Amino acid sequence: MTSLAVPFDADRAYRLHEQVALRPEPFGALAYHYGNRRLNFLRAKELVALVESLDAYESVRAAFSAAEIDPRRWPSFEKALASLAASDFLVGAADGEGAEVAA
Amino acid sequence: MEPTELVDDTETEADTTDDLVEEELLVEEISIDGMCGVY
Amino acid sequence: MTLSTGLQISEPTPDNLVLSPVKQSGLADQMKAGLDAPICLTWELTYACNLQCVHCLSSSGRRDPRELTTEECEAVIDELQRMQVFYINIGGGEPTIRKDFWHLVQYAVDHGVGVKFSTNGSGIDAAVAEQLAASDYVDVQISIDGADAETNDHVRGAGSFATAVQAMEHLRSAGFEGFKISVVMTRHNIPQVDAFKAMADHYGAQLRLTRFRPSGRGADSWDELHPTDQQQRELYHWLMDHPDVLTGDSFFHLSALGEALPGLNLCGAGRVVCLIDPVGDVYACPFVLHDEFLAGSVRNEGGFQKVWQESDLFTGLREPQSAGACASCGHFDACQGGCMAAKFFTGIPLDGPDPECVLGHGETAMDSVARAEVGTDHSRTKVTLGTKPAG
Repeated sequence: MTSLAVPFDADRAYRLHEQVALRPEPFGALAYHYGNRRLNFLRAKELVALVESLDAYESVRAAFSAAEIDPRRWPSFEKALASLAASDFLVGAADGEGAEVAA
Repeated sequence: MEPTELVDDTETEADTTDDLVEEELLVEEISIDGMCGVY
Repeated sequence: MTLSTGLQISEPTPDNLVLSPVKQSGLADQMKAGLDAPICLTWELTYACNLQCVHCLSSSGRRDPRELTTEECEAVIDELQRMQVFYINIGGGEPTIRKDFWHLVQYAVDHGVGVKFSTNGSGIDAAVAEQLAASDYVDVQISIDGADAETNDHVRGAGSFATAVQAMEHLRSAGFEGFKISVVMTRHNIPQVDAFKAMADHYGAQLRLTRFRPSGRGADSWDELHPTDQQQRELYHWLMDHPDVLTGDSFFHLSALGEALPGLNLCGAGRVVCLIDPVGDVYACPFVLHDEFLAGSVRNEGGFQKVWQESDLFTGLREPQSAGACASCGHFDACQGGCMAAKFFTGIPLDGPDPECVLGHGETAMDSVARAEVGTDHSRTKVTLGTKPAG
């Protein structure tokens, strides 16, 4: 069960897959995907907040700005989001809009 | 004895690396597969 | 390090963090210190079982009259939902024997808790297989211990192989891809690893190999059935060659043989996972159903959450553990001293070496200790090994 093999694009909008449960932990969060049974460990609180806010922005870069993430950390954050997208934890949001409710 | 095991760098990102920003591993996949549970 | 396939290689431990480019605390450290809620937990729903496997870790057979009621089970599920436990691993005994089993599975799913259950296959008919295949939140695991009836039935009893295979056929026909086939590795079936893999491939299933521990009825047959040193080495190399085969992290004591096996390579008992037994007792680990590893009961005030977060046992397990007798061994970082349960039942102190330590330290340690008493026996009858498999 993989999403389209489209490379991660920080100029696109993304949102959390609706089958992903995000559970806060002192170190960040644990994320479990009920669809593909995979488990990811988000190791920074800022990353967790960012992931939860993604669907409100028209691009990942816009979300970074709004969250005031230090630009020197954007590559690390982008890599993190890309790996989440690669395991289907993040999916591309509909063009322009925020999160669509999946059928 | 081991040094502090639980370094809390994750919470205080601003001061960790001022000049050179090293790549942070912010997402890690875990395979626990029942973790020694029977299933 | 994470590869894009999701393959896990264990993180460096504190001793060599200075070499790592990442300054954050390792994943393993976070896990060792414990989480606010388990990631998943094993829940043995009943001690009743239609089989009498010779090595049963829970000594199952007879139902315990003090079993949790349906309402009590639902209350636990409610708690797990509040704690955001992702899924439960249900087993027993044979869980499908409980009349409310399917109701509880549905209840869990309806309350956001995924279910993975382990079964000998006797409750999986064609209709059940169809329903399971249709659900995204329920996974199933079929237990076998031999790649053929002779080897399997030697430990699990006459007809058990046929029952398991029947269940697998139903699951495959129903289109359930990725169900698990789980095997406890013994002296007799390690030579069959390739056959197990072929079986899993044939059914579109995931293969899971787990470690045989001297727990429950396993204590009686452990000396005879546990793998030889040579077999452990072969198994280690085979596992490294087959990273898609699951192990439940049960062979991390073998990581001292070389590169670490995939997985967290540490004991998660009381830190990442734990067990709830049929009468509501909470233990650190399913392989030590013994008072020494009893953390509390879900029937007490505060329920499961209080036990998980505040019990003395779990709090103790979450403190940094001493390397003890293994401190001077260069391999401790890789093996972490091995399995608590295996040590406990062979009488080795918990800060001593694993009984199957690849360097032989466990053998030496066992020479001077007495075996521990097993916990409560729920067997229906005295169980002994059947006729040895040929060759």
